[in-house]
Amino acid sequence: MHPVRKRRLIFVGLILGAVALATGAVVYGLQKNMNYLFTPSQVLAGKAADYRTFRLGGMVENGSIVRDPHSLKVDFTVTDGDRTLPVEYTGILPDLFRANQAVITTGRMQGGTFVASEVLAKHSATYMPKELAEAMAKAHAKHHVEMPPTAGGTP
Amino acid sequence: MNAHSSPTLWNRLVLWYHQMGSPPYFYAFAGRWRPWFIAATLITAAIGLYGGLVLAPPDYQQGDAYRIIFIHVPCAWMSLFTYAFMAGCGLVGLVWRVKLAEILAMEAAPIGAAFTFVTLVTGSLWGKPMWGAWWTWDARLTSELVLLFLYLGVIGLYHAFEDTRQGARAAAFLARIGAVNLPIVHYSVVWWNTLHQGTTVRLFGPSRITWPMLWPLLTMALSTHLYLGWSLLGRARVALLELEGGKDWARAIALKDAPHG
Repeated sequence: MHPVRKRRLIFVGLILGAVALATGAVVYGLQKNMNYLFTPSQVLAGKAADYRTFRLGGMVENGSIVRDPHSLKVDFTVTDGDRTLPVEYTGILPDLFRANQAVITTGRMQGGTFVASEVLAKHSATYMPKELAEAMAKAHAKHHVEMPPTAGGTP
Repeated sequence: MNAHSSPTLWNRLVLWYHQMGSPPYFYAFAGRWRPWFIAATLITAAIGLYGGLVLAPPDYQQGDAYRIIFIHVPCAWMSLFTYAFMAGCGLVGLVWRVKLAEILAMEAAPIGAAFTFVTLVTGSLWGKPMWGAWWTWDARLTSELVLLFLYLGVIGLYHAFEDTRQGARAAAFLARIGAVNLPIVHYSVVWWNTLHQGTTVRLFGPSRITWPMLWPLLTMALSTHLYLGWSLLGRARVALLELEGGKDWARAIALKDAPHG
């Protein structure tokens, strides 16, 4: 390779390496802080104690949804499989909000209850027709695999 | 491949590379291939959209609303692919000072920016009914927005210079540095908890999507690649004529195409 070109290649490579290293350090440093949400286990372990407002993420526990008949208020429980946290919300819920669905709620702790000001539904990365989902749910039930009846929201 | 054929194949590749670097040769080559690219783009898009919007079954969770993936996901893949292409051509331009590589890098930038913009808009339109929010500052959405700003930075820097080739080199350098964002966009859903879903279609390992939904998606991905080819060849032809306006080959083309030439 021509020495001038070689010098340019090394120069560009070194700069790129330095930037990649710096970005890597930033990403690594932010790893602890940049988490978009906390799970109920993390909240109960006091990891969210530094924040007045934070995001709580998890699955809506089956059978935990209680709607107030006179207002838009709804109570439900968010679980991460290990621990659960009661959530209270007043407002319009997204289409995908249902039992066994992953949700991300923004709000603050008041006593032992998480009072949410926003509820977002997270959908899974799985795409399939309804018939297949039902067939799979049936097959899982037959083999005693624990799975929600709608086969919904498995992350 | 035997010992006799490999040097000739290599020689032909080297010859092709050098021929491609020659503006008049590339100009003619691009002109010949453009009609094929746009024809293939339209045919694959028609098949992919029919498959995605008509033939594919509704999703078990999202019903018909998921069908926006047939636009959103191919555009998102292309936003990354075009950037990688731009940064790669930019590197060849920076190190070997190949005129055509600089042009391809700079002409790819607006196309990539358009793909990124479409990705962000369709994602937003999808996010409101499904998630309940137009926008959220999670890692995937934020890094994709940074990608759009990088594209705009490259375009802006390129045009900020009086001398086109100097501008191309400066912008190629920025493009090269910005390439560190590509793995961040791709792995953002793995490294951080995001509202955005994880990876559905995987190169290695099983994809989490059924075949009747997957094949239209892959067809649309092919279509968007072909579109990039068509658009890029056309843009590069114009840019070459602008850059080489005073040269004999460009004059000859201008004289030949002039109505009263």
